Amino acid sequence: MLDTSVTLSGWRLDNPVIPASGTFGYGREFRDFYDINILGTFSFKGTTLEPRFGNPTPRIAECTAGMINAVGLQNPGLDAVVAHELPHLKTFFRKRVIANISGFSVEEYAACAERLGREEQVGLIEVNVSCPNVRHGGMSFGTDPDHAASVTRAVKAVTDKPIYIKLSPNVTDIVSIARACEDAGADGICLVNTMLGMRIDLRRRRPVIANTMGGFSGAAIFPVALRMVWQVASACKIPVIGCGGVETARDVIEMMMAGATAVEVGAANLRNPYACKEIVESLPAEMERLGIERLSDIIGAAQND
Amino acid sequence: MYKKGIYTILSNEPLTASVWRMRLAGDTQYITRPGQFVNIELPGRFLRRPISVCDWDEGSITLIYKVVGEGTADMSRMTAGERLDLLTGLGNGFSTDTAAQRPLLVGGGVGVPPLYNLARRLIAEGRRVSVVLGFNTAAEVFYADEFRALGADVRVATADGSMGTKGFVTDVLPDVEFDYFYACGPLPMLRALCDAAQCDGQLSFEERMGCGFGACMGCSCKTAGGSKRICKEGPVLAKEEVIW
Repeated sequence: MLDTSVTLSGWRLDNPVIPASGTFGYGREFRDFYDINILGTFSFKGTTLEPRFGNPTPRIAECTAGMINAVGLQNPGLDAVVAHELPHLKTFFRKRVIANISGFSVEEYAACAERLGREEQVGLIEVNVSCPNVRHGGMSFGTDPDHAASVTRAVKAVTDKPIYIKLSPNVTDIVSIARACEDAGADGICLVNTMLGMRIDLRRRRPVIANTMGGFSGAAIFPVALRMVWQVASACKIPVIGCGGVETARDVIEMMMAGATAVEVGAANLRNPYACKEIVESLPAEMERLGIERLSDIIGAAQND
Repeated sequence: MYKKGIYTILSNEPLTASVWRMRLAGDTQYITRPGQFVNIELPGRFLRRPISVCDWDEGSITLIYKVVGEGTADMSRMTAGERLDLLTGLGNGFSTDTAAQRPLLVGGGVGVPPLYNLARRLIAEGRRVSVVLGFNTAAEVFYADEFRALGADVRVATADGSMGTKGFVTDVLPDVEFDYFYACGPLPMLRALCDAAQCDGQLSFEERMGCGFGACMGCSCKTAGGSKRICKEGPVLAKEEVIW
């Protein structure tokens, strides 16, 4: 009997497949396509203390094997998520969810973590210190080890839920930031968020994205994400959730062999709404082909001498 | 509800130098309203291409698209028998649930196609439909005869005067009696129309999209009724909702 289950800080997931924050809303849009209970879990849309509209449009640009988004953390705000989205989610998703939070100050991160930490539906809290699309917040906390550590300490202090810090790839030394989070008490690391990128409209001679730059994601970033997962997994003891360019069951297995305990799938959901369903369904056959009986056995397998 | 499925190209032909019509065979049960769109996966392109539905029946969809970039250029090179992966039934579409007896349909350029099935429905419901189509020049005009064949009163405006009234669609409005309007076209046209028309109406907007089904929040816009996603709560907005 093949075993696809993995465990994140004591939370057992049926499989390691997790739609990434910002590509799956609060689950509503995808339940129209399939029963999302087949997922390991999913990470809900980055939530801030106050409602946000986000950046002006255009917010989307296409690239070779990927896309750029500059949505800018559009979300209904913490209160609406607690009052409306979580109760609604409960009507069609019986598993616990990953609460992705973002903020513009250490206090805002703490306030979101404290409130969502009281929700039984929340399995763990993913702290987004890596959004490239907002000023004075987001990524600025995740590109400096000291800032990342102070956010980690602040959220750890207000909740008992496991805290996973979602890191940005737009740094010179990912390991030093991951280590700073681990030392500050983080229960896990999720990486990577999107890579800062841009496109220019040749006819208009202007950036395609209204906000000039945005976050590049999609299949093209997979090798970079895989490399960073490898580096962090070999330097830290806490679990790593791998994210970046994953589109297939083989990509999931590759991320896990690099050291990921679970794997997030982002942009692939947007081009193919069934992407995660297809990955979950093809995992067993892929495991069989590769002689894997227990998926958790291959975590970091490529790191072993 | 949506449907993701494989559709077979029945025909793909140019209507003008840059506007093409593609007919596809496949399941159309999730297309419920005129003004909805499909999102087409193209080989080698990361994002799907959202194209409004011009018309449909039980087993086929008609799309009219303009070649504006590499993706639509790819589409124009496709031939009958090739297969495409489509998401269908996307967007809210136009509502015909109004008291309008004399609806006016205004289309600008490649904004014309989604009005075709709408005109067909409104006429089938016994309403007197006027259609005003705006283009830059006579060589770009398409579908005026198709709208006439439905029984609509059709006027054409061209910016250079090479066909119909010289000027913009709004220059034709004084000659037309109407008590409601539906429109799709460039933003300046939509805005001028809203300023000129005293009655209520519905307008279809476009925006660069990521997913086309409401997940990515890429195409959000601010309206009087709060933030809306052009792909999900749009592309059609009521006149009173629009913030210019």
